[in-house]
Amino acid sequence: MTAVIENLDPLLRALGTTVLILVISAAGSLVLGVLITVARVSPIPVLRGAAFAYVQVFVNVPLLALLLLAVFALPDAGLLMPLTTTVIVVLTVYEAAYVAEAVRSGINTVAVGQVEAARALGLRLSQTLRHVVVPQAVRAVVQPLGNVMIALLMNTALAATVGVVELTSAVNKVNLVAAQPIPIFTAAGLTYMALALAIGLAAGRIEKKVAIHR
Amino acid sequence: MSTPMVSMRGVDKRFGELHVLRSIDLDVAPQEVVVVIGPSGSGKSTLCRTINRLEPIDAGEIRVDGRPLPEEGAQLAQLRADVGMVFQSFNLFGHLSVLDNVMLAPLKVRKVAKATARAEGMALLERVGIADKADRFPAQLSGGQQQRAAIARSLAMDPKLMLFDEPTSALDPEMVSEVLEVMVGLARDGMTMVVVTHEMGFARRAADRVVFMDAGQIVEEAPPAEFFDATRSERARSFLSNVLAH
Repeated sequence: MTAVIENLDPLLRALGTTVLILVISAAGSLVLGVLITVARVSPIPVLRGAAFAYVQVFVNVPLLALLLLAVFALPDAGLLMPLTTTVIVVLTVYEAAYVAEAVRSGINTVAVGQVEAARALGLRLSQTLRHVVVPQAVRAVVQPLGNVMIALLMNTALAATVGVVELTSAVNKVNLVAAQPIPIFTAAGLTYMALALAIGLAAGRIEKKVAIHR
Repeated sequence: MSTPMVSMRGVDKRFGELHVLRSIDLDVAPQEVVVVIGPSGSGKSTLCRTINRLEPIDAGEIRVDGRPLPEEGAQLAQLRADVGMVFQSFNLFGHLSVLDNVMLAPLKVRKVAKATARAEGMALLERVGIADKADRFPAQLSGGQQQRAAIARSLAMDPKLMLFDEPTSALDPEMVSEVLEVMVGLARDGMTMVVVTHEMGFARRAADRVVFMDAGQIVEEAPPAEFFDATRSERARSFLSNVLAH
């Protein structure tokens, strides 16, 4: 445990990097994912096709491959970004595909009859989405989105492989010097668990708040 | 003769291989109550759903109050606002209270003031006998109560025509009458209604005309007394004997 306490300062800074990557990519992937879902349920075939292709590409390529591609290939193509920024961009576009799938499954839980009733009352498509579909889809989507966000947290550890000093990379470095793998990696593991727990609890809270009264 | 509220001419509709509506001609006069009956798969529900274009048609023409049905878009939304529809599965909005269900379309489509919408909504819930459930959510109501709430929701738009697509088919037997009672009241008040149903008692009591459909065609239409007591077509006779045998 002494190794952890002696290196508390750099470890906390690394944890800060992990949280920074998590928060920015989470926000980015939620926004991008919702936009992709809107494209996916839109009446315009080109948009639907593009959104479908997007999801297929990012769900079917390993994140590590995408990270390596972005870190080594993009600079070669003339696009040079700081490493952390590159990781945030890759995580955002990658997780957005999963967010889009979660949101789409939520929309599918809203019965067709709800949409028909809204249209029969004279609501336009945008009004139907806003007042009838989305408020009901949100309820089904909170928990799956929480899981996507937890997966995103775990995926931030892959940033270590491309040279970003976040939590996993930092504990690895501490261990190389101190050689106390059990306390060091246990501490790191517990930290990830605490963060995941916080995300799960927040999702549970939100889910309760938007629950349908029965 | 005044303009018919609904006028269907040569309406044709297919679902893939299935020919569900075969050159349907049907007029519904203002304040008329037309009850459509027929075996399952005869196309009666589809017929009902084409009138507000929830089902687009392949050929023919449908006019509502003299105007041809517009393409999907703002104009069609406007027309639908004037045509009430009651579904077999109620389709109340699950995330809204009963009163909010009734108020949604007046607020968002008609842009009625909130206080007015609330007062009118409560009056309608009073009329269908569930004013005490105004703050409940749909899942907390019985089927009969939900369907009455759905009728109130349609009435809130002050429709000139009401479509009923098997409104009592999903209800427990003891709840059927409370819904039919509301519908008989509407018919008496002069609402123009197209009702797809299996309730022969309602057809006898409230219909001005019974339309019998089979295999996508209108086989026979007549006032209820004539239809039930002096059935002309063999197909309708055998249908009625099967339905009324029990």
